[in-house]
Amino acid sequence: MEATLLEMKNISKDFFGNTVLKDVNLTLKKGEVLGLVGENGAGKSTLMKILFGMKSIEETGGYGGTIEFDGKPVAFHSSEEALASGIGMVHQEFSLLPEFTATENIVLNRESTRYSVVSELFGSRLNTLDRQSMQKKAIEAINKLAVKLDSEMLVGDMPVGHKQFTEISRELSRDGMKLLILDEPTAVLTEHEALALLSSIKRLAASGISVIFITHRLAEILEVCDQILVMRDGCIVKQLDSGNASVSGIAKAMVGREVDTSSKKAKEVDVETAPVEMEIKNLWVDMAGETVKDVSLQVHKGEILGIGGLAGQGKLGIPNGIMGLYPAGGTVTFRGKEIKLNNPSDCLASGLAFVSEDRAGVGLLLDESLEWNISFSAMQVNNKFLKSYLGGLVKWRDEDAIREVTQRYVDALQIKCTSTRQKARSLSGGNQQKVCLAKALALEPSLLFVSEPTRGIDIGAKSLVLQALRRYNEQQGTTIVMISSELEELRSVCDRIAIITDGKVIGIRPAHCPSEEFGLLMVGHQGEGK
Amino acid sequence: MIKKTLSQDKSIKEFVLNNLVPIMFIVICAICIPVSGYSAPALVQEMLTRIARNSFLVISLLVPIMAGMGMNFGMTLGAMAGQIGLIFITEWGVVGIPALVLAAIVSTPISILLGWMCGKILNNAKGREMVTSYIISFFMNGVYQFIVLYCMGSVIPIKNSAILLPRGYGIRNSVNLINIRRVLDNLIPLRIGTVNVPVATYLVIALLCFFIIWFRKTKIGQDMRAVSQDMEVARRSGIKVEHTRLLSVIISTVLAGYGMIIYLSNMGSMNTYNAHSQIGTFSIAALLVGGASVAKASIGNVFLGVILFHMLFYVSPQAGKNLFGQAQLGEYFRVFVSYGVITIALVLYEMKKRRAAKLGGLTLAKAQEEK
Repeated sequence: MEATLLEMKNISKDFFGNTVLKDVNLTLKKGEVLGLVGENGAGKSTLMKILFGMKSIEETGGYGGTIEFDGKPVAFHSSEEALASGIGMVHQEFSLLPEFTATENIVLNRESTRYSVVSELFGSRLNTLDRQSMQKKAIEAINKLAVKLDSEMLVGDMPVGHKQFTEISRELSRDGMKLLILDEPTAVLTEHEALALLSSIKRLAASGISVIFITHRLAEILEVCDQILVMRDGCIVKQLDSGNASVSGIAKAMVGREVDTSSKKAKEVDVETAPVEMEIKNLWVDMAGETVKDVSLQVHKGEILGIGGLAGQGKLGIPNGIMGLYPAGGTVTFRGKEIKLNNPSDCLASGLAFVSEDRAGVGLLLDESLEWNISFSAMQVNNKFLKSYLGGLVKWRDEDAIREVTQRYVDALQIKCTSTRQKARSLSGGNQQKVCLAKALALEPSLLFVSEPTRGIDIGAKSLVLQALRRYNEQQGTTIVMISSELEELRSVCDRIAIITDGKVIGIRPAHCPSEEFGLLMVGHQGEGK
Repeated sequence: MIKKTLSQDKSIKEFVLNNLVPIMFIVICAICIPVSGYSAPALVQEMLTRIARNSFLVISLLVPIMAGMGMNFGMTLGAMAGQIGLIFITEWGVVGIPALVLAAIVSTPISILLGWMCGKILNNAKGREMVTSYIISFFMNGVYQFIVLYCMGSVIPIKNSAILLPRGYGIRNSVNLINIRRVLDNLIPLRIGTVNVPVATYLVIALLCFFIIWFRKTKIGQDMRAVSQDMEVARRSGIKVEHTRLLSVIISTVLAGYGMIIYLSNMGSMNTYNAHSQIGTFSIAALLVGGASVAKASIGNVFLGVILFHMLFYVSPQAGKNLFGQAQLGEYFRVFVSYGVITIALVLYEMKKRRAAKLGGLTLAKAQEEK
């Protein structure tokens, strides 16, 4: 039996009272590959951040439990300390300089230098670089990974896969690397590149380096990992050896939280046969991190359509693209009329509205009053709340109407505020979210996009927001397209749910389907069905 | 076949777009030179003198660009320090090369202090370095005027009545630098035909070029290049981002101080209250004319820029006179062109950045269509 390299015991972490990790234990042997899977927000990243000593952990009050690494108890206060002990981490986002070659990136700030006399006077930073030895170091690291990578190529000119290899090589080039954490390394790779990476991981493990591998592609986990941990809601819910694991078993464990959906009334009208309200054909959207590649969807009149999927797969890009916030292409027809893409005002004028996931950036005028926030778009788009004088030449705001409508929404959505003139900034996150919703509803749209309506708000506010959506759908007949990372939330509100994987619709199921079916779709298994 | 010419067309278009400013200048110069009627030796002599005069100053701009801080309008601060050095050597009555060296020594600590201050402020204004340094130079101009106009002669001991205002304190509007006039240019005399070549000045400039080339290869040069591309990535790898940026501004300010001393020793007199405020704009314009951008500049850009910029200024008054009977036009042209060039270069740079961003979207669209 190989020696234990890492042991994390009873790890817990909360962000200001919001528990994200509860009593997590894991052990990792030398040369072992550990697969870590779980939905977004299950706590994988937080766990790895604790291990890697990221600053954000300490700034938010540290963590509970103990970590033993390489036989010694450790508590890293910075990632430099973790690096020095032999833990390397490859983050989801690239941390590379595009105008440097692979070599320069791999040895960044650890360049070999040649002695120069001037350095005696002004310090070692005036030593000149020893390019040959730098290249040797880089090639050594690349060879450890056993991939094809031109060490003198500019990173900016590389395909994504090679960038990923460069990043991993950089970690490997450090002296005494013992544990490598890979956070979704294959998410950006093509199938071929992913295969190459997987075999590299196996080689690394064989040479004695342990690997923690986070991914959503379950087949990969089964392929390379010795041990699989499934996380959900901050706990490890399942621990499996790769021998007795299956994709469906893991998927079920990932999403297997049962919610009470009985309270949801069945719709009287069958939405499937209702007329098509919006037709999306071959939509692509260039939104960084949420690229939509080829989405075709039909939204029926009066339904609530859910759009789910894991982060980064493109679900957020869909409403942002249709509403013209990001460059998009394809055709979108709304009530038989084609909508001009890349033109937000045209979208609003045709009766679409959008509650953005980016509350502070797009959604709210933080330094303005609630009245302004709620009435602003409606004023701009629908000429509401305006009094006309001189035959429409001069238009004044109708302050009374504005106050009245704001008060109505404050009551309807139970926005907690001291007055309708309060600044939006001074509201809590949940109440801000409600204001965003009120703003969109004030437009009285025929179709409403709601993106991540419950992100970052507490449970009480969550259910209020969801109820409000449901109510407007039922009473006003507003068609709603709701995008959310939380599957259970979608299942409790929506009529149908489309799952987006890799920028495409991988499947649409009625909301009452069992959650593991959605779980499988999310990880890219189409399964049976359409 | 058609495809090939298309791509050729495209690359020519790319080339023109990427080098729009230098091409514009070459065209204007090509028109003005024959009209001006200057003889070849006169033109060569004038250009040799002007390159020697100005290159050092322009090269001082390269280091902050390497660190991703754009055009250092704060070089004006270095110029002020150089001028203060020159005031002191004139006061002390030092002559010749020792005077130049002494002026440089006096200017260095002042440059370092001003550069450090400027760098500290710029670290708090990341992404807006150019406009911030521009405003700092205005602000420091006030401090300079206070010191030179009120403190010198009253608080700071200056006795030489040739440079003092008649009222007893403050430096005269114009200081005669006869003690160092052209000493560096004439140190190693060389005459080819009717043309005098300022050999020693060129040697100093060559030395500085080698310094820049060597500097790029040092660890700190590498750090600067890393910082210029992505401060966060550089920081994560352990590079001291703020310190590196600070150093680049200090180095640039010190070099600008030396450059100003060389520049003024060539001119032979100093316009105490205006010389520094113009030099920043002109040097930056010259560098941009040479095809540099806010993010990228080389030694080649420096020399091409200085040649084209000064060529235009030399020939345009005469050309203006010959064409319209007015030499005044040339001087007006000078200021107009400098600011114009900076504006065009900045706009082009932004356009290029936006085009690159758009290209990403287009590639994606194409990929969709192909499917």
